[in-house]
Amino acid sequence: MAEMDLHVRKKKMATEDKIFYTINAIILIIFAVVTLYPVLNTLAYSFNEGNDAVRGGIYLWPRKWSLSNYAEIFKKQGMWQGLKVTFARTLLATTLSLFANALLSYILSRKNFLFKKSLSLFWLITMYAQAGLIPSLILYRYLHLTGTFWVYIIPGMVSAFNVMVMRTYMEGIPDSLEEAAQLEGAGYLKVFWSIITPLCKPVYATIFLFGAVWNWNSWFDAMLYNRFEPKYTTLQYELMKLLDNVGTDGNNGTAANGQAINKVTPTTVRAAATIATMAPIIAIYPFLQRYFVTGLTIGGVKE
Amino acid sequence: MENSVSKSNFRKMDSEEKKPRLSAKEFGRQKVLVIISAIYVVYGLIFYYLPLVGWIMAFQNFIYADGITGSKFVGLDKFIFLFSDVKFLRVIRNTFCMGLLNLVFSTIFAIIFALLLNEVRNKWFKKSIQTISYLPHFLSWIIVVSIVHDALTSTGIINDLLMRFHIISEPYPFMAKPAWFWPIVTLSNLWKETGWNAIIYLAAITSIDPALYESASIDGAGRFQRIAYITLPSLRPTILILLLMNVGNVLNAGFELQYLLTNGLVQDWSRTIDIYILEWAMDARNMDYSLGTAAGIFKTVVSISLILIFNSIAKRKGEERLF
Repeated sequence: MAEMDLHVRKKKMATEDKIFYTINAIILIIFAVVTLYPVLNTLAYSFNEGNDAVRGGIYLWPRKWSLSNYAEIFKKQGMWQGLKVTFARTLLATTLSLFANALLSYILSRKNFLFKKSLSLFWLITMYAQAGLIPSLILYRYLHLTGTFWVYIIPGMVSAFNVMVMRTYMEGIPDSLEEAAQLEGAGYLKVFWSIITPLCKPVYATIFLFGAVWNWNSWFDAMLYNRFEPKYTTLQYELMKLLDNVGTDGNNGTAANGQAINKVTPTTVRAAATIATMAPIIAIYPFLQRYFVTGLTIGGVKE
Repeated sequence: MENSVSKSNFRKMDSEEKKPRLSAKEFGRQKVLVIISAIYVVYGLIFYYLPLVGWIMAFQNFIYADGITGSKFVGLDKFIFLFSDVKFLRVIRNTFCMGLLNLVFSTIFAIIFALLLNEVRNKWFKKSIQTISYLPHFLSWIIVVSIVHDALTSTGIINDLLMRFHIISEPYPFMAKPAWFWPIVTLSNLWKETGWNAIIYLAAITSIDPALYESASIDGAGRFQRIAYITLPSLRPTILILLLMNVGNVLNAGFELQYLLTNGLVQDWSRTIDIYILEWAMDARNMDYSLGTAAGIFKTVVSISLILIFNSIAKRKGEERLF
């Protein structure tokens, strides 16, 4: 009798489980569709013929195939220039700032360092006491950084947040390794380069990939500091100007970029530009994925 | 064996000299570190501390050609103007409300998403959903705004669906309605960041001791009871720390998206403090660096106050805290 009861209860639970898992899966699938659909829709538009697309009704597959949208964007001078600048800054700024942050993290993670506390505080303050946009703009103008490529590289080179993340990681490395090397006569820089750096590869990779994505996606500094220097435009800024040219429901509030709105860019060309700038991110996404979970967890448990 | 002994000896020595004294000998030994950190300090002073000196501009009628030393001081005039400017008061309201909406909803959605994902048994399915979920985090705001625009235009997918299900009979101009701006901003943020924000909660859920769930099941706790009495309480410290970290960012959470998404019709509800500052910095006819600096000071001071206030509340209540 009791056994029967248990059996019925188990069966009831099994059906409840089934219902729960099904509903859960449906919710998650809806979530995934909502996330992916807009991207796939843009992809479909980018391969569709321009005049045909005006009719609407394109969902996941192009109705009238065409590669002319991509041809169109590659004909644009600004796009190529933006691509070059973005590529250069992504490589240079990310590498330099990784090195700068790593070295500072190394110094701050030395237990015996005489100024450990005061220097940590010095950098912690920069995380909160932000002077704001205009004082920085004025400073860069005084330093003759505006209107140059270097405004993308130098101002953001040291980031207190990244330093805190890397320092936490380095503090987890046993002191004995450093001490053994020091006994053999290795100096601080030698220890940093040949002991700490190889052990920090995962956290370096995380910081590098995040930095690369950030640089690739940036447009605001191009608009603020270099809008009168077309040779230092960035890819995303070019994309923004392209998207801005579509008068949707009034002006886009960005009269500041000084562009006369004379030509409306077809939706399909905008879609192609969007996909083209997104492509490199999608291409490195598998690598990104491997590292960022570690990166986030390191950052999260830092307190 | 020998090795482990020497290791522990090292450690002992280490803890004994935990507080190195500032002696000439020690200084000489650490010369390299000191020199390099001096270079970093110079860099930090120039790029992080020197701009703070620029706050003087807020008390001047700053003219670029005259410089900070040559511009005339006007006391608190700029702040008085700021707080009597209806536009600025609206801007404060917009920034606070959108920042708060974002903070609350992004936290709730990230937790719900993490909970749902945690209940998935099939590893492959779980992994696929998760991979898809954080993709938008890596797309630029420009791309996201373009996607949002396309979805909400008269021929976009939202109007398409609403008309197909006969909820509306003609396309609704979402982007032209001020009342829709805040919800659109909140939803765009959710679309971009929910999967990403959930990672940290998922990590926290995985670290909960499985024995807790087992004993709860034996006591007859159902799935939802286990979530309510074990998972959520275990997440409490993580949630609090993240809220404390983000509360200082409430005023920062309103720039790229709003700037790119706005248009003339919804300006009064879309403009945030950062956009207001940018307008004073970039509008050639109406440039006023002093006003923009004053608004920036307001933002930083409020942000730091928020962090300190919430941190001290947490401290008094004996909760997790930042400092």
